[in-house]
Amino acid sequence: MKIDEVISFLRSCQTPVTIMEVCGSHTASILKNGIRQLVSPSIRLVSGPGCPVCVTTASYIDALIELALLKNHTVLSFGDMFKVKGSTLSLAEAKSRGADISLMLFPLEAIHLAQDNPQQTFIIAAVGFETSSPVYALLADQIVQKGIKNIKLLTALKTMPSILELVCQTESIDAFLCPGHVCAITGTKPFEHLACIHQKPFVVAGFEAEHILAALYEIVVQIKENRHTLTNLYRSVVREAPQPKANRLINQYFESGSAYWRGIGEVENSGLYLRREYEFLDAGSKNLRAEDFPANCRCADVIMGRISPQACPLFAKQCTPESAVGPCMVSAEGACGNAINS
Amino acid sequence: MQSTITTAHGSGGTATSRLIADVFMRYFHNEINAKMADAAILNIEGKLAFTTDSFVVKPLFFPGGDIGRLSICGTVNDLLTAGAAPRYISAGFILEEGLPLDTLHRVCRSMSETAKEANISIVTGDTKVIEGNGGMYINTSGIGTLQNAAISFDTAQQGDAIIVTGNLGDHHACILSQRLSLNNTIQSDAAPLNGILEALTSNQLNLHGIRDITRGGLATVLNEIAEATGLSPVIEEIKVPVAEDVAALCKILGLDPLYMGNEGKLVLLVPQEQAAMAVAAIKKAPYGKNAAVIGTLEAQAGVRVRTRLGGVRMLAALQGEGLPRIC
Repeated sequence: MKIDEVISFLRSCQTPVTIMEVCGSHTASILKNGIRQLVSPSIRLVSGPGCPVCVTTASYIDALIELALLKNHTVLSFGDMFKVKGSTLSLAEAKSRGADISLMLFPLEAIHLAQDNPQQTFIIAAVGFETSSPVYALLADQIVQKGIKNIKLLTALKTMPSILELVCQTESIDAFLCPGHVCAITGTKPFEHLACIHQKPFVVAGFEAEHILAALYEIVVQIKENRHTLTNLYRSVVREAPQPKANRLINQYFESGSAYWRGIGEVENSGLYLRREYEFLDAGSKNLRAEDFPANCRCADVIMGRISPQACPLFAKQCTPESAVGPCMVSAEGACGNAINS
Repeated sequence: MQSTITTAHGSGGTATSRLIADVFMRYFHNEINAKMADAAILNIEGKLAFTTDSFVVKPLFFPGGDIGRLSICGTVNDLLTAGAAPRYISAGFILEEGLPLDTLHRVCRSMSETAKEANISIVTGDTKVIEGNGGMYINTSGIGTLQNAAISFDTAQQGDAIIVTGNLGDHHACILSQRLSLNNTIQSDAAPLNGILEALTSNQLNLHGIRDITRGGLATVLNEIAEATGLSPVIEEIKVPVAEDVAALCKILGLDPLYMGNEGKLVLLVPQEQAAMAVAAIKKAPYGKNAAVIGTLEAQAGVRVRTRLGGVRMLAALQGEGLPRIC
């Protein structure tokens, strides 16, 4: 089937269908490629809880800032965490007031930094989903193997299946565009399980415009035919079984636990924490406060698919990319940050 | 031991004089500044263009350029966009203690070479030394003369073609790669664009506005054009020239070339019927070989991009700072 035919099919679709794209990279690609304009208005695309920045709590940011203000401590963080507000300051604002925070591109770069600066303690802002967890596990492995004493992790690692279970139970979503990179680590089984229990199509796809359009096509066809299966359209990367090496590492260093999701609250079995035997690598991840959420911020409703970003009273008023109240406005992958530019 | 800048070099005393004689006059010497007066006397007639810019780039040296080359190109290109011929430029230095003297030599040599290439004379300057860690900052202010009417967006019309003079994002991608210690072949595009302007004006083209694409990238400049003209630039994603290595870096880091700065690229508006001729002229000029028509100035409805598969998205100005994202 040619891409023009796929577009023409999706453009003429009359069936009302609400599809959640779970992953922030899908949200970004949908915007970048103008996919909403290519498909019928009856196909409603909503963003899910799959942008790691958007679901990170204010208390986590606060904890990073506290650590970065300690003598001889440096916090290493990915770029888009810099703009997320804690309860009072973002990492960028804290940095401008003297907190020692540096941009990290790849967590393993901490190994050399730690070896070259033995008097300094490096705190890794370990944020992400299943996609990122293997890298932090690899970092933990290197720290242990090399006997490095001056790297610790403050983790806010999340896992997808439990939060999607919650979305299925509480929200009116007809089908899911599954996170391709997460599936590369987890395999398709956890999502097949959700498709089966909740009787909804789950389609795994890559991140190019053609991948996403093909997935939307598959979803609409399934809904028209009243089918609800897991379909993997990203076979070049995603298998049915979990990626063995990555999962071996994750399971060696991390264990599952309940986690706080910004605005959503505590969700059982939706986080990863360093195992008890590696607690000496932890910078206090389990002791983070539950969260104070900014008044009127409806990021949680946005990423649960309940409202569109534009329906939030703060959208484009008090909350803009330059001065974001909620994390969804911060990241290039956030639903609101995307919506304000479309 | 290596000689470095100390507070004595900024005292105005003998160390300052020695610095002027050994470094600045060595590279910048010309008839005007040779008089060593407090002010340069310039003999110019007619309408002038005047601009200033400050340069704080780190690292000071990078593939394709250095802070010195940048400090000349930035100001020269600003003059060129107004349709002015660059004539005279000042050079103000703020040097941090500990700056290796050799570094200052290299930067000044580069400024001298770039000024020669850009056909502009460095006629006055100043040096201050501050505490610090061996860094340096440069301010340049430039004067150009206008032969004809200044080029301005006041003349822009609906239907005008939008042209860029080459690949987007090179300088930004180069500096980012250096700061992150990434090994790649990306070079800064820092260059004075006199040749491109000469090519355009000698072909009698009606230039309906020119901007250089620096910080904020093309997206931000297009939004400024929309504001200035009351019309909407609409560009075609697939026509926007981006080098393969820069595109790959952007993809990995989650950056968008439309929001990345250059130091040797212009965006200009010409009447649609002159677009092909303008591109042909730019392509023959130095630093113009990847020029392309990328879109059209349409009726007011916001700055937009037509995507590869026919979708449309709005293109906002850069907000905050462009940072690499998580995944």
